[in-house]
Amino acid sequence: MTRAVDMLKDAAAVAFFALLIFAPFLGLQLSDNDAGGLSLSARPALLAAAVGLTFLARIAMLLWHQYRPAAPNVHIAAAAQKSGKYIAPALLVFALVMPFLPGLPNAYIDLGVLIMTYVMLGWGLNIVVGLAGLLDLGYVAFYAVGAYSFALLATNFGLGFWECLPLAGILAACWGTFLGFPVLRLRGDYLAIVTLAFGEIIRLIITNWVSLTGGPNGITDIPRPTLFGLKFSMAGGPGTFAGFFGLDPHPSQRITFLYYIILALALLTNWVTMRLRRQPLGRAWEALREDETACRSLGINVRNTKLTAFAIGAMFGGFAGCFFAARDGFISPDSFTFMESATVLAIVVLGGAGSQLGVVLAACVMIGVPAMLQSLQIYRMLIFGAALVVIMVVKPRGFISTRRPTVALRKAKEIGAELIAQGRG
Amino acid sequence: MAYALQQLVNGLTLGMIYGLIAVGYTMVYGIIGMINFAHGDVFMIGAFIGIIVLTALTGVTSVPLGLLAALIISAALCGVYGFSIERVAYRPLRGSFRLAPLISAIGMSILLENYVQTSQGALERAIPNLIPGGITLMQQDGFVVQLSWMQLAIVIVTLVVLGIFTYIVTRTPLGRAMRAVEQDAKMAALLGIDTSRTISITFIIGSALAAIAGVMFLLYYGVIDFYIGFNAGIKAFTAAVLGGIGSLPGAVLGGLLIGLIEAFWSGYATVAYKDAAVYSILAIVLMFMPSGLLGRHEVEKV
Repeated sequence: MTRAVDMLKDAAAVAFFALLIFAPFLGLQLSDNDAGGLSLSARPALLAAAVGLTFLARIAMLLWHQYRPAAPNVHIAAAAQKSGKYIAPALLVFALVMPFLPGLPNAYIDLGVLIMTYVMLGWGLNIVVGLAGLLDLGYVAFYAVGAYSFALLATNFGLGFWECLPLAGILAACWGTFLGFPVLRLRGDYLAIVTLAFGEIIRLIITNWVSLTGGPNGITDIPRPTLFGLKFSMAGGPGTFAGFFGLDPHPSQRITFLYYIILALALLTNWVTMRLRRQPLGRAWEALREDETACRSLGINVRNTKLTAFAIGAMFGGFAGCFFAARDGFISPDSFTFMESATVLAIVVLGGAGSQLGVVLAACVMIGVPAMLQSLQIYRMLIFGAALVVIMVVKPRGFISTRRPTVALRKAKEIGAELIAQGRG
Repeated sequence: MAYALQQLVNGLTLGMIYGLIAVGYTMVYGIIGMINFAHGDVFMIGAFIGIIVLTALTGVTSVPLGLLAALIISAALCGVYGFSIERVAYRPLRGSFRLAPLISAIGMSILLENYVQTSQGALERAIPNLIPGGITLMQQDGFVVQLSWMQLAIVIVTLVVLGIFTYIVTRTPLGRAMRAVEQDAKMAALLGIDTSRTISITFIIGSALAAIAGVMFLLYYGVIDFYIGFNAGIKAFTAAVLGGIGSLPGAVLGGLLIGLIEAFWSGYATVAYKDAAVYSILAIVLMFMPSGLLGRHEVEKV
């Protein structure tokens, strides 16, 4: 009985705080009046609903804590780990055949392209954050470098997508090294803030250097990728994909082509990462993540190891940026805000930093779900922010938090999350 | 000369506002070692509560009373925000690995921005100048150096608030507890200090200071939107780092320097790159002087 009273008291206290928090923003609304000033109107029903919901949610939470079933999670975790072996190949097969599923509207292939772009960015950033443990909040800078390299090379020198792709990667890698140099000594949060500052500086330069980048108006008419010189144009005729193969021109051909380009790029990222993890460089990254001081004393060249992580991570960001510019045919500084960096970092961390499969799952959740919620467009970012907080509080180590050691005597065993030191930077 | 003096006046006013926000960053960093990414957004919330209170009181009370009410209500409500943010997003993650609170803080920042955007609209909100007029400091070649009453009010309010704050931190048992937890949380807990309560109070005080900064930002510029917290937050963090993170006088000093740099950069170089200039300073300070101007040198233990 007292328990129920306590619970109600607790929930009432939480509701009181909710009242104070919501009163100015949900209870009142500012609007411009005819006199050119501001006026306020009250929204008592909305406020009452918000406070009431908070009250009920708090009670539900307390009940859940009290009557939570006693840890069946062990079996689930074990089962998930067993099936984990099959998830990755199954996802791969699905990704390969996805565009040819019957009755699939183009919008879904487009969404697939978007998700795959973020998977690739996530995998690229995973090298820096997940493997090398360097917290990077300015990853979007390299995405921007890749996109603008391609856009400028294509519009000024008439180069095509396939010539520019490696160039964009190389330029982004150079920037990665260049921006990596100054931050070699920084650790953890400081590193995060400086990389954030670099990302913002690059965006400000792009926005303000109007004569080169077109400023806020961006760059238009970026050429689309071609298949061995065949264009994907709706006009048809000779020299286009549809004309060469004698098909009717259809937008789905171009979207499917884009889908396979980004799928190939993403798989390349994954393949390179997986291979590097088995090589001395990848092992040095992971050692660096666990303990920088120990690395130094064991003779690992910390400077070069960090710089290669920055450079390789940036290179994949550059590839993704190049693809992004080619996909839309238009880029502007608005696409390279801090929100993009935060989204990609969130994908990496939510997936469980260091886990390749986790990145895929997190990208599907963080990009796919909001895209499905088109009707809730204005609440999309609100839900995104709330989800970040909730997922972190519930699963601070991300979806896939166990890890298989790269090197093991006899049989490799999964390591629990609590034993992994990650992201100390 | 006259132009430089005007930039000095503008820079100091702006710097006071940054200093107030920076104090919140530096306190939280000192006490739990995390960058409270949502702090800039608490500042934005404070500015919005300020504009709401001022709108509600238009015509009801006199201007000074209205301003006082806006400052007090905004500080009190933002204290509640700070307390709740810590309880909801940071406390469950205390002792977790490094990335978790940072991501949670970024999530909270996005959440607050969009909460204000969806509830109050994405439009810029403007108020008229409530304290018009000023005094002319000097006149040269037709250029008038003006210290507006508004700027004077901002400087005075900041000094009063910082005075109260300094008294709390240096002279009261609460301040002693805060400093003890900052130095060594475990030892402080062993000696009977309620660490969690102290951390909560730190968040409340920091958020209240940010709220006051927010209201003064609103008065100074007259225009706010839901996105002002991001830039102001990074600049204030830069100020905290420049002054030496963890050092309270350092935060104010850093804030003043950042304000001056921004004003002089806008006055003599390009306005377009004023934010880039501040960000570059952040990078340069962290690279060459990681402990800042007044900070302690961190000794790395192995």
